[in-house]
Amino acid sequence: MMNEIFVLVEHRQGKVRDVTYEMLGVGDKLANQGGAHLTAVLLGKEMKNCAEELATRASKVLVVEDENLEHFNSVCYQKVLASLCSKYHPLLTLIGHTAFGMDLAPSLSVETGFPLVTDCIGLSLENRRIKAVRSIYGGKVNANISLKESEGYIATIRSGIFGPKTASEKRGGIVMESSPLSGTIDAKKFVEYIEAPITGEDITQAEIIVSVGQGIGGPEHIPMIQEVAKNLGGVLACSRPVVDRNWLPKDRQVGISGKTVKPKIYLAIGISGAFQHVTAMQGSEMIIAINKDSRAPIFAVADYGIVDDFQNVIPILKEKSKADK
Amino acid sequence: MDITVCVKRIPKTAEADIFIEKDGKNIRKDNLVFYLNDWDGYAVREAVLLKEKHGGTVTVLSIGPEESKEVLTRCLAMGADKALRIEEPAIQDSHLIAKILAQAVKRQSFDLILTGVQAEDDGYGQVGVSLAQMLGLPHAAIVNRIEIKGESALVKRELEGGIEETVEIKLPAVLTIQTGINEPKYVSLAAILEAEEKELEEVALDKFGLTPNEPTEVTVDQVFFPPVGKMAEILKGSPEEVVGQLTEIIKKKKG
Repeated sequence: MMNEIFVLVEHRQGKVRDVTYEMLGVGDKLANQGGAHLTAVLLGKEMKNCAEELATRASKVLVVEDENLEHFNSVCYQKVLASLCSKYHPLLTLIGHTAFGMDLAPSLSVETGFPLVTDCIGLSLENRRIKAVRSIYGGKVNANISLKESEGYIATIRSGIFGPKTASEKRGGIVMESSPLSGTIDAKKFVEYIEAPITGEDITQAEIIVSVGQGIGGPEHIPMIQEVAKNLGGVLACSRPVVDRNWLPKDRQVGISGKTVKPKIYLAIGISGAFQHVTAMQGSEMIIAINKDSRAPIFAVADYGIVDDFQNVIPILKEKSKADK
Repeated sequence: MDITVCVKRIPKTAEADIFIEKDGKNIRKDNLVFYLNDWDGYAVREAVLLKEKHGGTVTVLSIGPEESKEVLTRCLAMGADKALRIEEPAIQDSHLIAKILAQAVKRQSFDLILTGVQAEDDGYGQVGVSLAQMLGLPHAAIVNRIEIKGESALVKRELEGGIEETVEIKLPAVLTIQTGINEPKYVSLAAILEAEEKELEEVALDKFGLTPNEPTEVTVDQVFFPPVGKMAEILKGSPEEVVGQLTEIIKKKKG
């Protein structure tokens, strides 16, 4: 039996998302390892242009078009994918470890009986068995994972880890499949997208960003750090826990679910360096981290580090930056 | 509106020194402090807020060792009405956890089940959505707002890049709760003492016809420290000296 690797194409508002190309990248490597071929699975409404483009990066593009597939809806996606799985028996189905994938992969796994490993940062295929590498305990430890023997597997892929598949001259075929969906889907309905408004400064435009994390302990320290940011000619930003605790508004958040920034200088104070944060700031020209935990993952991405309590350092920096202004 | 919330007790690893067990399959836990998973704390608070608005009860549920009673008591102090602990200290497999939870929640009536999006320790982000499928219920993951509208709920899901989507979902349903959905409330010592009087039931796994030797879908073969790539150049000296160096670096970069 010819092995097949499915990659579920992730798209939003008509645009294919980057994680798709990354999945095609890792899927291609696994296909070469396991003598399998790579299939992009494209579910949507009027997807012809996307299909043509994806055909330059996969040996086959399976397309299912349906009104109900225009926006991501896990109920519809799951029905269609489960039906494609029972027809094509893919050895592995790759899905993004994203807001869409996290809403879909676990229930698909239960329905199909295919074991699932989520949030993979490494994947390999040995004798039709999947092995994965995951990052756990806030990025402090990695784990090698094996999955129980099965006809098929599902893995969700962390975005920003795997190199994307580039387009090639050789084009894969496009196969249209009819939609198994019928009638209206009542259990879950897409209503609308909502974009968060920008209330203050746009942090994505700043050349210097001073960013705070949960490690600053409380909102009482923010005015002092705000002043440092101002003295340096920069803006104040933060990581997710700071927004969750209402110390700063959402439009200040750097991270997967917030803004992606690429300033000249990024000064991270009390930020541990969770993947969700790092992935959105690692494009900065220079990263400086202040953290009292010398093992904090932020130091692996920073150019310069200060291992100390920020309260020992920031008051001095505040005075010095004020004098230098 | 009766709500069941599934919670997990986890070790705090941020700002802690991490050591690996001799067998290489997990980290050492004896030097770590344990607490209620952050996401689950938001889920419990959300359940209590919904109860205050719509009436009903909140039941919290945890699979874990004897010590999990501490986090369940904390949930009771946060406003949950009763708690159930399922005795099973070692299971790490998300699929199996969902299977046990599915058996446990079936014993009571509910309109809504909440879990955290994921646990801070192993971060599979899998249990809530698997549980929904096992129970044959609709679900929504990564929810940061819930509005109950009769037989259904209007929920907001957090997507990437600062965008959210609204979906309408039929009840009963399973929702996995994102941090920041509400404002956590301070839990007083008095509330904890009062919570110790509330109902906390403990049951063994065999009550659900399951044993600790159920097959698992994933196995951890080995844990290891991530390979060290490029590391930051650590500035050395007194705080004054360090800030001096830092200022020079920033000045030079600013040009």
